[in-house]
Amino acid sequence: MLPDLDQLKATYLSQIAEADGLDGLDAIRVDALGKKGNISTAMKNLGQLDGDARREAGQALNALKNEIASAIEAKKDELARAALDARLAAEQVDVTLTPRPEAEGRIHPLSRTLEEVTAIFAEMGFTVAEGPDIESDFYNFTALNIPPEHPARQEHDTFYLPPDMEGKRKVLRTHTSPVQIRTMEKIEPPIRIIAPGRTYRSDHDATHSPMFHQCEGLVIGKDIHMGHLKGCLIDFCRAFFGVDDLPVRFRPSYFPFTEPSAEVDIGCSREGGGLKIGAGDDWLEILGSGMVNPKVLENCGIDPNEYQGFAFGMGLERIAMLKYGIPDLRPFYDSDLRWMRHYGFMPFDPPSIHLGLGA
Amino acid sequence: MKFTWSWLNDHLETDADMNTILDALPMLGLEVEDVVDQSERLKPFTIAKITAASKHPNADSLQVCTVDTGHGEIEVVCGAPNARAGLVGVFAPVGAYVPGIDLTLTEAEIRGVTSNGMMCSEREMMLSDEHDGIIELDDDAPLGAGFAAYAGLDDPMIEIAITPNRADCLGVRGIARDLAAAGLGTLKPLKDVEVKSEGESPIKWKIDLDDTHQHLAPLVAGRCFSGVSNGASPKWMRQRLEAVGQRPISALVDITNYIMLDLGRPLHAYDADKINGGELIIRLAKDGEEFAALNEKTYTLDETMLTIGDADGADDLAGVMGGERTGVSDETTTMFLEIAIFDPISVATTGRKLNLNSDARYRFERGLDVTSPDSMMDYVSAMVLEICGGKASAVHRVGEGADWQREIAFRPSRTAELTAVEIDTAEQAKTLEILGFTVKQNSPDDWTVAPPPWRGDIVGAADLVEEITRIHGFDAIPEVALPRLAVVSAPAVDAAQKRLHTVRRLLASRGMMEAVTFSFLDAKTAERFGGGDETLTLVNPISADLDTMRPTILPNLLTALMRNTARGESDAAIFEVGPIFPADGPDDQRTSATGLRHGMTADREWTGTARAIDWADARGDAMVVLAALGVNTASLQTVAEAPHWYHPGQSGALCQGRNVLAHFGAIHPAVLTEFDLKGPAAGFEIILENVNLPKAKGPARPLAALSPYQQVSRDFAFMLKRDVTAEKLLRAIKGAGKPLVSDAVVFDVYQGKGIADDEKSVAVGVTLSPTKATLTEDEIEKTSQAIIDAVAKHCGGILRG
Repeated sequence: MLPDLDQLKATYLSQIAEADGLDGLDAIRVDALGKKGNISTAMKNLGQLDGDARREAGQALNALKNEIASAIEAKKDELARAALDARLAAEQVDVTLTPRPEAEGRIHPLSRTLEEVTAIFAEMGFTVAEGPDIESDFYNFTALNIPPEHPARQEHDTFYLPPDMEGKRKVLRTHTSPVQIRTMEKIEPPIRIIAPGRTYRSDHDATHSPMFHQCEGLVIGKDIHMGHLKGCLIDFCRAFFGVDDLPVRFRPSYFPFTEPSAEVDIGCSREGGGLKIGAGDDWLEILGSGMVNPKVLENCGIDPNEYQGFAFGMGLERIAMLKYGIPDLRPFYDSDLRWMRHYGFMPFDPPSIHLGLGA
Repeated sequence: MKFTWSWLNDHLETDADMNTILDALPMLGLEVEDVVDQSERLKPFTIAKITAASKHPNADSLQVCTVDTGHGEIEVVCGAPNARAGLVGVFAPVGAYVPGIDLTLTEAEIRGVTSNGMMCSEREMMLSDEHDGIIELDDDAPLGAGFAAYAGLDDPMIEIAITPNRADCLGVRGIARDLAAAGLGTLKPLKDVEVKSEGESPIKWKIDLDDTHQHLAPLVAGRCFSGVSNGASPKWMRQRLEAVGQRPISALVDITNYIMLDLGRPLHAYDADKINGGELIIRLAKDGEEFAALNEKTYTLDETMLTIGDADGADDLAGVMGGERTGVSDETTTMFLEIAIFDPISVATTGRKLNLNSDARYRFERGLDVTSPDSMMDYVSAMVLEICGGKASAVHRVGEGADWQREIAFRPSRTAELTAVEIDTAEQAKTLEILGFTVKQNSPDDWTVAPPPWRGDIVGAADLVEEITRIHGFDAIPEVALPRLAVVSAPAVDAAQKRLHTVRRLLASRGMMEAVTFSFLDAKTAERFGGGDETLTLVNPISADLDTMRPTILPNLLTALMRNTARGESDAAIFEVGPIFPADGPDDQRTSATGLRHGMTADREWTGTARAIDWADARGDAMVVLAALGVNTASLQTVAEAPHWYHPGQSGALCQGRNVLAHFGAIHPAVLTEFDLKGPAAGFEIILENVNLPKAKGPARPLAALSPYQQVSRDFAFMLKRDVTAEKLLRAIKGAGKPLVSDAVVFDVYQGKGIADDEKSVAVGVTLSPTKATLTEDEIEKTSQAIIDAVAKHCGGILRG
């Protein structure tokens, strides 16, 4: 006997519609379409019918089977969607929470400034030279035409170390200028070097630190004249501060190791209380420079009748403070994390000529 | 160097106004440091006289004064105790701004009486702190006239910085000479005076120096003035001295100070009556000899110091400071004037040894006009006679004078060679001549130039070029770009220098802050960290905290952490790349990259990934840096040896044979305590010089051997004795598995419950990377067995079942 297919269909479709989970749905599938399910059983029993009746019933059963199977599939998709929706709803997070922390390091403004200075002078054909922080009296003073008891020597506020075995007095270099001497002793002209490094003077107040940094420069050749000094330093100042029309002024001054000597000022404006580097009504002293004193060349075994050139020196802290608006000197050496985060530089953006110098 | 505008005009005949001069000075090398012009501020204040004063009807402490302003009488209420009829003082009318009380005066009713201005005290005008009463002027002061002009306060004060070479500009006349050379006027000739001398000087010089010390006093001249009266100096002189910050004392002292500032020539005035024996003896001090100086301090001298004295002993340090005993006083009637030349080095050395500074020393050690004892004697004498009266003796003079005359061969074409400025020869010669040089033109480009006696700084052609160019103006120097050496510039740094930048950027990118700390620290800490040798201890430190060169950067970073912790930031990672000083020779300095991490890896946060810093963080930092420097870190040996500031069980060294490249580890708990750190902390120290530069192989890389065959992983767990290191285990595994084993990593270490006390279980993941064909089970099995055998043989390890 065939079951009442209409009733069977209505029962299953309503069960499927009401199924609330994959397990229930599967039970319905087994009850209907499983090996021993009602529809499968009815199909098996078709053989008891004959002729047209069997064919008709077979068709009806097949249709019913397909209909129920696709209803189950449809319900399955619907349940899977609902289950996923439920999962996603359960997985909701507060996206305003901070991500996993990653410490951020910074490059010290002095290192950054030094790289900028180096990049500019590299473009002008300079290379970097070095010398020791603990210097002999000879390299720091005598070879630079600063004899003992010279008033200029007193102005250096020198730190002294005990004399060595030969009785030679050692000093912490008061400027990077001894690297000029070491370089000229080592290499033949033409010379184009800068020499950055630590320098020391026994002076400690709001605007002086017992340790600070200078960058020396030296250019020696057969026909290097003071016009080159001027051109080179103007080019440097304008590139470093990123001000194309930056006024640069050269004032006569005195250094024992240069003759003639010049202080270099850059233009600035203090309108409105803030300091702005550029054309203005005031000047800022940033560099000492001059034509290398013939006596210094002689001290290094270079014939002053054949070679001449210029030298310069600048304070790296000072130019860093001016460029980056850092108001105080002392925090440079304090390692205050807050200061480092504020004034430090990202390590991924090194200054270069092609990517820019940060101005 | 301070002077006033009118003082400058005594020497310089000029049409230029003050601003023109102020602009010109720095361009001559005379840097203007300060200009104080009180004339504008003092303009409203006039001289007035109180003609009548009566008690204020409503206030006991006030008076109502009738004031004659010179333009009529008005009523002023005044509270000064010295206000009285007849007093001539300073009046500020309604509308005047009185700076000392920060008030612009208005017509004001004071307790019912109208006051039409005020009589001022010095403090109210901000002239001094004096506030005991209102200013009292001489009775004959002109009523209605400006107070500033009357008091000489309308003369602007100018202060300039003088470089050590320009001793000649330590007198107003030298400054005027520079300005004249620059075309800003003409130098007025010094008044040519001839002083009539009467009789020999009763005081004579005696130079008591042996031949080797004769150069210390090459020329001394003196003259005695009898019958002088040493009262107050004239008002004009007092006003000028006060304007430049010198306190007027007495006529004779003021004259010496005035001439020092005017002509740059320090003088000394002795009271001749106090000189015992009629001789001023110039000699070296006796060791231990005491000297009471004019500054009321007593100095103990040594036998290198040049003194002047009499039969009673030394009473003057030559060129540095006079003595108390023989100095002039208000009662002096006979004065002996000294104009001398002393050796600048001797003056400087003495002054420095005694830490005794004076205006005289400042000028002597920079070099005086060596002819001044002769050339200035009459000029000074005339001033003494004019101001103090009396008569002058003949000059007594001893010494041959300093050897100052020299000739410099000079080619005027040298100026353009050195500075690129073309200045015609006539201008060059004229400049030098106005500056006092003598120019002999042997031929157009062959000159002989003799500097004047006040320019001891000029020794060669470059100095002459500077003088000529400086006066012509540095603005004329053309801007010439340096010739390019190459179209594409070469690198400025070499491989060793480049590494410093690499290391800095690498460590910063690993979350560390770059610090720059002092190269020195205190001796005790230096010793604690393996330094403190006395050859590296400063003789003259700025403080005991900063007296020894650092042997390592670590203590500075620990101090930095301590300071940050005190500010509430205890989790920190910082590093420094900088010098350390194992010894004091020029080749001993080393560059260290040192890093330190402290506390947690991150602030407490919701994902809970933050963990405490440990030794492995430091080892990681060190390894990454070394790898970036081109070190094959796989071939490094790790030795569990490190300096004593590390935890002895959690620290080590990374070595290539005997060459130690780096130390790393947890910081010793005792050190943490010393630096007030709660910890944990871990650091590393790399000495960059110990890291060999990779061999330059050119830019091309070897061909990448990328195998097409799948790699296979196998895990092993071995039971090992605890003292078998991971490095040893992995080396055995990699050695045994050659060439298939491409990597081996420890992924678990267990020791504790269930395992013997001296044993541990170590799990290793091994990667096999075939290059010739896909691995077969047989090959894998063979390699695995080789690994197990090798671990058994070299490490005594047993594969766990």
